[in-house]
Amino acid sequence: MATMAGPSRLIGAPIKRREDPRLVQGLSHYVDDIKLVNTLHCTFLRSDYAHADIKSIDTEAAENLSGVVKVITGSDIAGKVGSIPCAAEIEGLKVPDHPALAVGRVRFVGEPIAAVVATDPYVARDALDLIEVEYDELPAVVDLDAAIESDSTVIYDEFDDNIAFTMPLDAGDVDAAFAEADHVVSQRFVNQRLIPNSIEPRGVLAEYLPGEGTLTVWSSTQVPHHLKTILSLLLDLPEQLVRVIAPEVGGGFGSKLNVYPEEAVVAYLATQLRKPVKWIEKRSEGFTTTIHGRDQVDYVDMAVKNDGTITALRAKLLANMGAYHQLLTPIIPVLTYLMMPGAYKIPNIKLELIGVFTNKMATDAYRGAGRPEATHIIERMVDLAAQKLGMDAKEIRFKNFPQPDEFPLEMATGVTYDSGNYQMSFNKALDTVDYASLRARQAELRGQGRYMGIGIATYAEICGMGPSVGVAGGGWESSTVRIERTGKVTVLTGVSPHGQGQETSFAQIVADEYGISIDDIVIIHGDTGRQPQGIGTFGSRATAVGGAALIIATQQVKEKMAQIAAHMLEANADDLVFEDGNIFVQGSPDSAVTFADVAATAHVAVNLPPEVEPGLEATHFFEPSNFTYPFGAHISIVEVDPETGEIDLQRYVAVDDCGNIINPLLVDGQVHGGIAQGLGQAMYEGAVYDENGQLLTGSFMDYAIPKATQVPRFETEHTTTPSPVNPLGVKGVGEAGTIASSPCLVNAVVDALSPFGITDIDMPMTPNRVWQAIQDAQ
Amino acid sequence: MNKSRKQINTTINGEDYTHEVEPRLLLVHYLREVAGLTGTHVGCETSLCGACTAIVDGQAVKTCTMLAVQADGAEITTIEGLAQDGELHPIQEGFWERHGLQCGFCTPGMIVAAHQLLERNPNPSEDEIRHGLEGNFCRCTGYQHIVDAVQYAAEKMQG
Ligand code: FES
Ligand code: FES
Repeated sequence: MATMAGPSRLIGAPIKRREDPRLVQGLSHYVDDIKLVNTLHCTFLRSDYAHADIKSIDTEAAENLSGVVKVITGSDIAGKVGSIPCAAEIEGLKVPDHPALAVGRVRFVGEPIAAVVATDPYVARDALDLIEVEYDELPAVVDLDAAIESDSTVIYDEFDDNIAFTMPLDAGDVDAAFAEADHVVSQRFVNQRLIPNSIEPRGVLAEYLPGEGTLTVWSSTQVPHHLKTILSLLLDLPEQLVRVIAPEVGGGFGSKLNVYPEEAVVAYLATQLRKPVKWIEKRSEGFTTTIHGRDQVDYVDMAVKNDGTITALRAKLLANMGAYHQLLTPIIPVLTYLMMPGAYKIPNIKLELIGVFTNKMATDAYRGAGRPEATHIIERMVDLAAQKLGMDAKEIRFKNFPQPDEFPLEMATGVTYDSGNYQMSFNKALDTVDYASLRARQAELRGQGRYMGIGIATYAEICGMGPSVGVAGGGWESSTVRIERTGKVTVLTGVSPHGQGQETSFAQIVADEYGISIDDIVIIHGDTGRQPQGIGTFGSRATAVGGAALIIATQQVKEKMAQIAAHMLEANADDLVFEDGNIFVQGSPDSAVTFADVAATAHVAVNLPPEVEPGLEATHFFEPSNFTYPFGAHISIVEVDPETGEIDLQRYVAVDDCGNIINPLLVDGQVHGGIAQGLGQAMYEGAVYDENGQLLTGSFMDYAIPKATQVPRFETEHTTTPSPVNPLGVKGVGEAGTIASSPCLVNAVVDALSPFGITDIDMPMTPNRVWQAIQDAQ
Repeated sequence: MNKSRKQINTTINGEDYTHEVEPRLLLVHYLREVAGLTGTHVGCETSLCGACTAIVDGQAVKTCTMLAVQADGAEITTIEGLAQDGELHPIQEGFWERHGLQCGFCTPGMIVAAHQLLERNPNPSEDEIRHGLEGNFCRCTGYQHIVDAVQYAAEKMQG
């Protein structure tokens, strides 16, 4: 007798990752692990100066070095390799030419000037030392505030100033709200520049087959489909003959959501030299020339009433673009702008966003991308307002949250939050830490001269990018589901995971829908030759958009299967259930056809119902109707030693609401990693350039990403408020931890130090900085 | 160039290798490019990230800090050598069971470092695990599941 056990639901279960066996054995293939016969090795000569005219480049000695095959400079490829593109469409945006190799002038330290190709990677490095470049140094523009002063050096001759764009917003009646405010709080924030530092560096391998005219590029990228299109345009090759493969990718965090000069140059060299060409980034290159994150200076005022109601927000946001626009550079601070109100109903908002060119590496998407900045601003301002009003940090938040029945909620910045219950997640966090007794404990410790702080961040973020109107280059996603003749299922997805685990979570979705074993499903990603269309993995979108495309394609194939099975069973397709590898009429599991039999029937094609075509395959493009807006509440508890400035992070509680959860194990992993990166910003990390535009933090010696001893154990909890904008009801969770944790920690430290009258502290909150703040306050 | 090459003999994961190498060749490049074992990764080349960690004569070593010629005569175990007869090593199993990896790039070095840690201290506390892995960076996991993975392995190896 057939077992009557119900279908085992995989969605929602903590399934171990199917990716891991290859990864834990070192059997996976990242770009540098792919070895092609006769591969040549490329290195880049990079600018030593932040701003200089190139007087001359002498490559002769390098070319004469035994083993060197080719040396090229910017003038060699001018007109042959197009300008590195920026996808942003912003009114009045200045988009400077961005040559893959500098021509005439360099604008940041690390800018590529020449490329060397040699038969051996060591020789390619040796050759760099033999290239002579003569520079005429120009004054470097490094300070964000000074860059927009009228006496600043202007980086581009073709522009009048260093302002890349301005974007104003005036919603409601801000002036009246400030006039009627009981209190106004004002603060300048520096959201320091960060360096993403995925542990796998970038890398590119390109092979061109002149007979077929095909270019294949393996790149450590989050967006293979964008890279394919853009490379075809930059190199003037037919797009159909370009294939980009993102093999195993060792982390990205936004830094590989880009198209870099090295990708274009290596691909170009492969077409010219007709041998495979490989470039693997050195960590020192990663520090100077992989995009940086954050780097804003924000001037913010908030109007509040005596009862804690926030009536208006006014801000000037200066966002550092760096020297050139990378793919999304100007768009990142726009996300700050859109998310300025955070989790609060603020009817009146006036903003001025100013994008500024400087002689530094371009900023672009780094985990959170614009939302950590917004969250930092609003969460700090709310605490500042509470402090001024003598109100508890908890009360002011409840006072200004929207009610759950107000969603979908249109915000003054023009975005519409999809769903939310901010009270629920916050209450859960408050209960978890037992907030009231924490405050009592804090008062007790203060009496003993000890400085305990409780930090709160209640955030809302924008994810699931997104509807195409809001995402440069398209916000849809595509998925193909194919049931093979043997009944095995192939899923092709346009998302490009690099640690997120979609080979597991996507298989869970399909296995549940078809009632088959997860082992019968293979998820293929990151290869434009296999899945022709896609956008990629970024902006916490893979499951919200790619998963949505997948479930719809899965259901489309299922409908056809049901028709065929109904024909085989002489039943009605609507009555069929798919369970344990069988398809049968509800209630009659004994007369079933197997999933594999139906697949075979679909392909043998001699017993198909009329009008049904052979094969079992569907492709769906999913266009979401809106972004998703995950939210949550994080609470941290610290004790600060006023003698040393040392912060002891004692407890960290995260309650995140990312909608429905496919795999809680993966969600926790994302939250942990996200918090660690936000904690890195709060406590340790910061890119520092000197007044000449030299990067002082260009190695792991000087730029401190958190180590195992520097992060505590995190407590993670969830509430579940499904999103209405996709069929899975998911929201996305890749960035939440990063977005909430840095303001949460700063709020904790400021709370600890409030007896000194300290109201704000810049990140990273190094012991020295904390100690200095205490000294200054005394 | 050939004149300056030196012959080295090593045993890697139980197999003997003999090659002529340039004296300046880093051990990590020898493992990856000459011996063809690409499970040992390069994350920084400056002995800071730990991605290149392998076991050389019983010691966990950052193989980007060592020259291949210094490994002449050495017995080396890389990540590829830990699983035996198709069975994952308990540490590998722990990383799988406890979701101790995301992108996986740090993982081979992390597992090898954990191997040494557990050899020296079979029953480490959470604090000892975190200190033992301080030389290995992970940018993805926030380390918590890595700690859990090592604890899992410690229990399994004792049990
Ligand atoms: S590559 Fe050896 S320690 Fe980073
Ligand atoms: S798993 Fe990605 S760096 Fe550790």
